[in-house]
Amino acid sequence: VSGKVLDETGQPLPGASVIVKGTTRSTSTDANGDFKLIGLTNGSITLSVSFIGYQTLDKAVTVSANATVNFQLVPDAQKLNEVVVIGYGTAEKKNLTGSITTVNSKDFQKGTITTPEQLIQGKVAGVNIISGGGSPGGGSTIRIRGGASLNASNDPLIVVDGVPFSGNSIGNAPSPLSLINPNDIETFTVLKDANATAIYGSRASNGVILITTKKGSSGAPQITFSTNNSIATVAKKVDVLSAAQIRDYVNAHPEVTYDDGKSFKSILGGANTDWQDEIYRNAFTTDNNLSIAGTFKGLPYRVSAGYLNQDGVLIRGNLKRATGAITVSPRLFQDHLKIDLNLKGALTESQYPNDGAIGNAIQFDPTQSVSGPATYGGYFEWLRGDGSLNPNAPRNPVALIRLQDNHGNAARSFGNAKFDYSFHFLPELHANLNLGYDVSKGYGSTTVPPFAAQSFSTLGSATNRKNTEVNKFSEFYLNYAKTVESIKSRFDVTAGYGYYDDAVTNYNYNSYNGLGTLLTTPVFPFAVEQNKLLSYYGRFTYTLADKYILSGTMRADASSKFSADNRWGYFPSAAFTWRVVGEEFLKDSKVISDLKLRLSYGQTGNKDGIGNYDYLAKYYANTNQGQYQVGNTFYNYFSPAAYDPDLKWETTTTYNAGLDYGFLKGRLYGSIDAYFKKTKDLLSTINIPVGTNFSNLLTTNVGNMEVKGIEASLNFVAIQSNDITWDFGFNAAYNKRKVTNLTLNPDPGSKVGAGDIAGGTGVTLKYNAVNQLPGSFFVYKQVYNASGVPLEGVYEDLNGDGVINTSDQYFYKSPDPNFTFGFNTSFTYKNWTATTVLRANLGNYVYDNVSSNFGVRSNILSPSGLINNASSDFLNTNFQTNQYMSDYYVKNASFLKMDNVGLSYNFGKLSKTGNTTMRISANCQNVFVVSKYKGLDPELITGIDYNLYPRPRTYTLGLNVGF
Amino acid sequence: ATVYATPAGYKAALVKLYATYALTSPQGADGSDVGGLNSGFADFLRLFWMSQELTTDEAVCSWGDTGIPELDYSTWSVDNQFLRGLYSRSILQITVANEFLRESTPDKLASRNITGADATAITRYRAEARFLRAYQYWVLMDAYGNPPFVTEEDAIGKVAPKQITRAALFNYVESELKAIEGDLAEPRTNEYGRADKGADWALLARLYLNAQVYTGTAKYTEAITYSSKVIGASYALKANYKDLFLADNDVNNAENILTINYDGVNGTNNGGTTYLINAAINADMVPSSYGVPTGGWGGNRTRQNLPALFPDPNGTLDKRGIFFGVKANVDDIGVFTDGLRVTKFKNVTSTGITPPSLGGTYSSLDFAIFRLAEQYLIYGEAVMRGGSGGSTAQALTYVNNLRRRAYGNTSGDVSTLSVDFFLDERGRELYWEGHRRTDLVRYGKFTGSSYLWPFKGGVKAGANVPTHRNLYPIPAADLIANPNLKQNTGY
Repeated sequence: VSGKVLDETGQPLPGASVIVKGTTRSTSTDANGDFKLIGLTNGSITLSVSFIGYQTLDKAVTVSANATVNFQLVPDAQKLNEVVVIGYGTAEKKNLTGSITTVNSKDFQKGTITTPEQLIQGKVAGVNIISGGGSPGGGSTIRIRGGASLNASNDPLIVVDGVPFSGNSIGNAPSPLSLINPNDIETFTVLKDANATAIYGSRASNGVILITTKKGSSGAPQITFSTNNSIATVAKKVDVLSAAQIRDYVNAHPEVTYDDGKSFKSILGGANTDWQDEIYRNAFTTDNNLSIAGTFKGLPYRVSAGYLNQDGVLIRGNLKRATGAITVSPRLFQDHLKIDLNLKGALTESQYPNDGAIGNAIQFDPTQSVSGPATYGGYFEWLRGDGSLNPNAPRNPVALIRLQDNHGNAARSFGNAKFDYSFHFLPELHANLNLGYDVSKGYGSTTVPPFAAQSFSTLGSATNRKNTEVNKFSEFYLNYAKTVESIKSRFDVTAGYGYYDDAVTNYNYNSYNGLGTLLTTPVFPFAVEQNKLLSYYGRFTYTLADKYILSGTMRADASSKFSADNRWGYFPSAAFTWRVVGEEFLKDSKVISDLKLRLSYGQTGNKDGIGNYDYLAKYYANTNQGQYQVGNTFYNYFSPAAYDPDLKWETTTTYNAGLDYGFLKGRLYGSIDAYFKKTKDLLSTINIPVGTNFSNLLTTNVGNMEVKGIEASLNFVAIQSNDITWDFGFNAAYNKRKVTNLTLNPDPGSKVGAGDIAGGTGVTLKYNAVNQLPGSFFVYKQVYNASGVPLEGVYEDLNGDGVINTSDQYFYKSPDPNFTFGFNTSFTYKNWTATTVLRANLGNYVYDNVSSNFGVRSNILSPSGLINNASSDFLNTNFQTNQYMSDYYVKNASFLKMDNVGLSYNFGKLSKTGNTTMRISANCQNVFVVSKYKGLDPELITGIDYNLYPRPRTYTLGLNVGF
Repeated sequence: ATVYATPAGYKAALVKLYATYALTSPQGADGSDVGGLNSGFADFLRLFWMSQELTTDEAVCSWGDTGIPELDYSTWSVDNQFLRGLYSRSILQITVANEFLRESTPDKLASRNITGADATAITRYRAEARFLRAYQYWVLMDAYGNPPFVTEEDAIGKVAPKQITRAALFNYVESELKAIEGDLAEPRTNEYGRADKGADWALLARLYLNAQVYTGTAKYTEAITYSSKVIGASYALKANYKDLFLADNDVNNAENILTINYDGVNGTNNGGTTYLINAAINADMVPSSYGVPTGGWGGNRTRQNLPALFPDPNGTLDKRGIFFGVKANVDDIGVFTDGLRVTKFKNVTSTGITPPSLGGTYSSLDFAIFRLAEQYLIYGEAVMRGGSGGSTAQALTYVNNLRRRAYGNTSGDVSTLSVDFFLDERGRELYWEGHRRTDLVRYGKFTGSSYLWPFKGGVKAGANVPTHRNLYPIPAADLIANPNLKQNTGY
């Protein structure tokens, strides 16, 4: 039997799979869309043709000599037959039993994207990705369903092509993920509920992100070159007083003096300096990628190289990155042995500007000029009467950056070899071996010249740093999948083993001053931190009549982080899925194309964020600055550390109910999930009875937290015609976390500090407390006058004892948003495509630490004998001294952001004969922010607004050429 | 490495006990042994000093850091982070001393083949460990009254300690100090920085002077006995008062009985004398002249009551008055120049040399927990309060010894003594050395309205403070964590 497979426009579809139903015979179409099956017995058979992104088409054929049959496939927006990676295997989308969302490269965020996680920002319901700021290569905080921990890690497990990442940071690189080139990535698969994640056991409580990278294609080499060039600009500056406003204020308050009568007017400068303009710039980025993919003598391969050179908007900041990736996928013994070799490497070189300049630029006196006497490198600095530096003054922001060299180099390589063998005598049985590594090394140095004001008294400084990380793992599993038509059943069983070894080595170096004089030598040259994990895991899936799917997973993990008694953790899950669409009454429905109900339950664990040796009674060495003198000798000594021998896993139990739906042949589809998570044995750093251990705080398993939420996604292909395609994606999530216990003896009044603010010393503003959201603000209730102006230092006596003290503080709001929304749309007209992505958060609050610290008179007219600038909020409060704990500074930071708007033109093939294709694009990122919050940016993972590196607005032009 | 394997290991472990009250952490200034407290706040002396001085007429701080205004205003809450910090630091020192005692029993030593002179030396270490523990229990008894009680019998774990009453703790501290006396070194024969019999007697004398407060039963006779023992040992007043607080106070000094040793390079922290010096000066006062060229934090100064105890605030007559500034009245706590600055602590030697210092703020000035002058004053006050075994004539001699040093001649001599005289004289001699709260409590002036100072009770003119505030509260965090604890009455 031979034939042709065409797409909806009549173009041939190469690589479509053609299966003779009920047998193992199959083939795929060649570059012209043709297929041929030989050696079939005459008679009636059914051919099933499938291709990713298209609805599978079955046709009955009568086999005879030279029988031909042609297929024309119809696109399936919902891609129900798409194969999705799951933990230790793959599954067709329509058969998924867990809450799993996949984002393909076509749907990624566009523009200048330096770190992979930014590709799916706003794309997945219940996944929040918040960048730490706008620095080149800076990391993001990823939260799936809000995170399940308080003091351990809330970061999801990330697995790239089967290589699990350790979650450790990589020193001297901007962030661990910045060492992965986003251009190599094909898909993100986010596993959310316990049925999907529990097979990852103790690393799964915060969700799992599976990343697959681009692989070799069939046929002749395809060369792709892309270049993106962008200009980043500071979208918004902190609103501070102008030089004229400062002058007016100083002149209007001659009664305020410093040091018993000295006038501020005499130290006013004559300049008009916008310090934020002085430290920010328009920054250029070029990102170039070349890849070659194809099949060489039956060996699919892909080789890619990338080079990024990104300037930061903060002066001097820069990231250079070279990346390389090789994948080869040999298929041996008639495809019985599939080998996948993946190798990725990256080198980065970073210049980190001293970001303390960000806060100083907000604060620095705008009446002073940037330049000053040569003593301090030619920069203005605040001096005392005797000409020496005023030690209580902020340092010149420009000098902070210009007179500090802080650079880091990092190298990372990770890769694996996967062998999948389908037994000759039993093809349904696969053995899968996965061996891999992830190693990195970082080194860097910070040097400050002796004349720099920032360390003038110590004659500058020179420090070195280095660290290495070596992670190794091996995994092996057997998979048996069998369809038994007679009982309409399919069995799919997997059982496996894994071993993981993560080690980090941190080196210590001598420190020198800027003249090269040795200051200190380390007590010990390096320290190794290591932990190991041993695992057994399994999955069982039973499908009846293509309608009822029962699935269970189990993982047993043993971690070296716990004592022998607590070492093993067991993490089961179970799910029932009903493919309603498979029922008779829907079979012929023209309206409903998919309807699936999912119920799941499972337990997952968390050990990340716990020290490697915390369960052990141990002593640790002092450092050079921790010696003590007895007699005439300085002694080094060991100190006992607090420990909990009973430390164990955090366990999260998740219940999930989900509905996947599709209407109108998949043109309208999406899913709705509701979940309830209970974390017990939550690792919490709590007050313990003082005297029972070597600290008053101990990290131990006492806490309970509950998380509930609803997620919904909706995708709609509004128009699908030859010339016009218009689709929409919308997702929304509600998530609420609540701490339910924090202490050994349950106490509703207990709280543990969860975040300090800048300004005072040790001023804790955020707490984890029972019956509150984690990280809630703990503040005084501000009293306002009749016209709504806050009365300085006047707070409500909430406990009514007649005294205003810390007992009157109360919990008011938290940084957690109640609702998060994502919206994206793509409109294609002929060769033109326009896209945009919007995101919104509702109910998240921010503490405006910029205003609470700088927006007061004692900051402007500083008793330290200098003038500072204030944030414009000062005009609202007119506070004389800092009122850090007032709830006035806790602000509603709900926002709507347009992340991205872009336009591209696809030239297609440039000539009728050649194969050269070309696409050009223009993009703008961080287009606008709508928020009541007046500060720099309402989106802050900590909820405390201070020293944020502004997220730039970036304009990108891109060119993509294929050969 | 095994910590308790060799005699040298035991020595280092003993040093660790002393390091615990000097440093914020074994990592130096950047670490904190006290969980939940900023590393800058976490050392013993800073916390102890704040609890003993900021809440009295002797000191006030302009900073708005959470918990400081409450101390300034005598309105501390049960959550006050500094009071929680002192409590945690003191008990931490007790738990590390307990650990040392568990690991240094004769059985353990024998099993580790430590015998002979090495074992004898460790017997002395054990006595010092018990002394340090008794000292911290005295701090807890004095400040919190009824703290949790743990000894080497209590293994590390989660079993909550029982609470001990103030009176029972008094007996325990007394019995410990007496029990270890024989194993401690003779006065002034131990290594610098380590406790000896002199320290043991000095603490007993202080304990007995305050016994009425702690137990309801006066022990002034015993106070005379033990202060006399110290006075009878080979201690001597340093010639110049000001030299006691200079960076070379560790040499040629027979007055100090036990010191906390600080070093600006090898053992740094932002508490200790670094805090006492830097917090009391600002940039305008030329920090380099105090040995902290990049320092000057501008926070602490005295309320007007302290300079008023002196014949003049310029130190011309009574040279113990070492003040800076022109405005004695504290009208606004937030204004650093309201109130005279106390500048007796300097990181400069008597010959004008500034010791090496990382970053130019860390001090190498050692701080005396006990010095001879206090014993003179204990003797005198105990005599005036009716203790036997001493005489008014002897008390006058001791007092005038101090005053002659202060005046440089006999012009400041006094000829009569009274109980109340000693409160004022202690103010003049011992101000800012961490005695004031204890003294005011003993004289019934810390709370109530019989004696006022600016902003006492949160009112500029000064106001009544309820008597339950003679004790600090058991920190709320520990009350929650430890169900065996009962809050002090009134909180």
